[in-house]
Amino acid sequence: MKIWLDRLKDFFHYKDLLKHLVMRDIKLKYRRSVLGYLWSVLDPLLSMIVMTIVFSTMFSRNIDNFPVYLFCGQLLFNYMKNATSQAMNSINVNGALIKKAYVPKYIFTFSKISSTLIDLLFNMIALILIMFVTGAKFSVYNLLFPFILIQLFIFCLGFGLFLAQANVFFKDVQYIYNAVMMAWIYLTPIFYPIEMLPKTVGFAITHFNPMYYYVKQFRDIFYTGTLPQSEYVIAGCIAALVLLVFGTGMFLKNQDRFILHI
Amino acid sequence: MSDKVIIDVKNVTIRFNLANQKVDNLKEYVIRLIKKELMFQEFLAVKNVSFQIKQGEAWGIIGTNGSGKSTLLKAVSGILKPYKGSIKINGSIAPLIELGAGFDPELTARENIYLNGCVLGHTDKYMREHFDEIVEFAELHEFLDSPIKNYSSGMKARLGFAVATMVQPKILIVDEILSVGDYAFRKKCTQRMNEMMSTGTTLLYVSHSLEEVKGLCKKALWLDKGEMRMIGNANEVCEAYLIEQKAKTEKQQKH
Repeated sequence: MKIWLDRLKDFFHYKDLLKHLVMRDIKLKYRRSVLGYLWSVLDPLLSMIVMTIVFSTMFSRNIDNFPVYLFCGQLLFNYMKNATSQAMNSINVNGALIKKAYVPKYIFTFSKISSTLIDLLFNMIALILIMFVTGAKFSVYNLLFPFILIQLFIFCLGFGLFLAQANVFFKDVQYIYNAVMMAWIYLTPIFYPIEMLPKTVGFAITHFNPMYYYVKQFRDIFYTGTLPQSEYVIAGCIAALVLLVFGTGMFLKNQDRFILHI
Repeated sequence: MSDKVIIDVKNVTIRFNLANQKVDNLKEYVIRLIKKELMFQEFLAVKNVSFQIKQGEAWGIIGTNGSGKSTLLKAVSGILKPYKGSIKINGSIAPLIELGAGFDPELTARENIYLNGCVLGHTDKYMREHFDEIVEFAELHEFLDSPIKNYSSGMKARLGFAVATMVQPKILIVDEILSVGDYAFRKKCTQRMNEMMSTGTTLLYVSHSLEEVKGLCKKALWLDKGEMRMIGNANEVCEAYLIEQKAKTEKQQKH
């Protein structure tokens, strides 16, 4: 118990470091680009337009307002992908620093998940624009979005911590990760409707793909304009917590050996 | 100066696993696991070292390259965990193992000062209060808003030293970092370290320059291949070390 209290104290002690690391990521991302932060809105918007042109003829009969449907899924999945891929490298990239000063190591992973979350918030502006342009209905339930983002954040944090520690010991993780991400994006109904799939595959995805829990909740509030379905809320929270406990456990168990490998 | 023990190193052994370090992919790992080669080839960088440092003392650590000096300092700083034994520290540490280790080349000096300060465990508020002092010491007013990648190594060292010593830490750990600075800067650094020691900071100093060690430190520790060869008065330890080094070089010249 005491060790966890010390760790918590440690975390609060370094909260300013976390702030600066997050600020560094955000500042450097668009430094020396003409449009700057505007890219966080434009970038997802442009890729959404391309995907809409490509896929809307295929699926538009089943889905009304395809842009919003697509964008809800794309937004969350891209966040998960960016956050975890950056988190995966967070320890290796900061190796020089970790070797030379004592800093709680998870702070680098944590900061990456957080800075991409702030990017996601910028992306949300694009979502609102799309909803406005396509004439989608806004509802009070839209305001529930932080609740879903918190679940996803915790999920990504757990996953990211696991990847970061594994990547220190085995560089193979990066390649396995790429393949898994590829499969995962196709197994998440982002640009196709879930009803299109064969029954068994559909069942597996709705029950065992955690990304679906979050995308579904997100679509409930933005696309259908209702309260998120309670079973997906529960599943989403459980998935996030399980991964957080697992990722943190693995990270803490192995962190003392990082220095020998980076 | 008090008699309070501030660094207590007891029977510390630090082990590296040489075999394991080469394994960085799964294939290699599985092969070695099957061959049962994973835990072999251990290397003890520091063997059974014990010493106690009291508040306000200045210690020099000397020894040839690869004798475990930096490893020992890393263990004291909390970066490495010892394999055996224990290290007890009372108070804050400013490790200067490499000046400006936390600098991000893309960020400006101003941003880096804050970032580096936080790496050393300070709060934002504290850094704001001491910002001017740091800039003053580093003498880098004109370049505050240019990215650090445009700085020379000497300028970086200046800034790193300024950030790290601004804090009045209880323990200052210096690992051969001042060699990059120019003469005036080195003098300034030495002066600063003397100032800090006079107000009760404990110094752990690694250098190959025996003159510097003798000038700054009262006590010294001589490490040889990870083992403690000699411990005590700085002048005596340095003399003994010098005599052995000379004998060694003469022997080599004869061959």
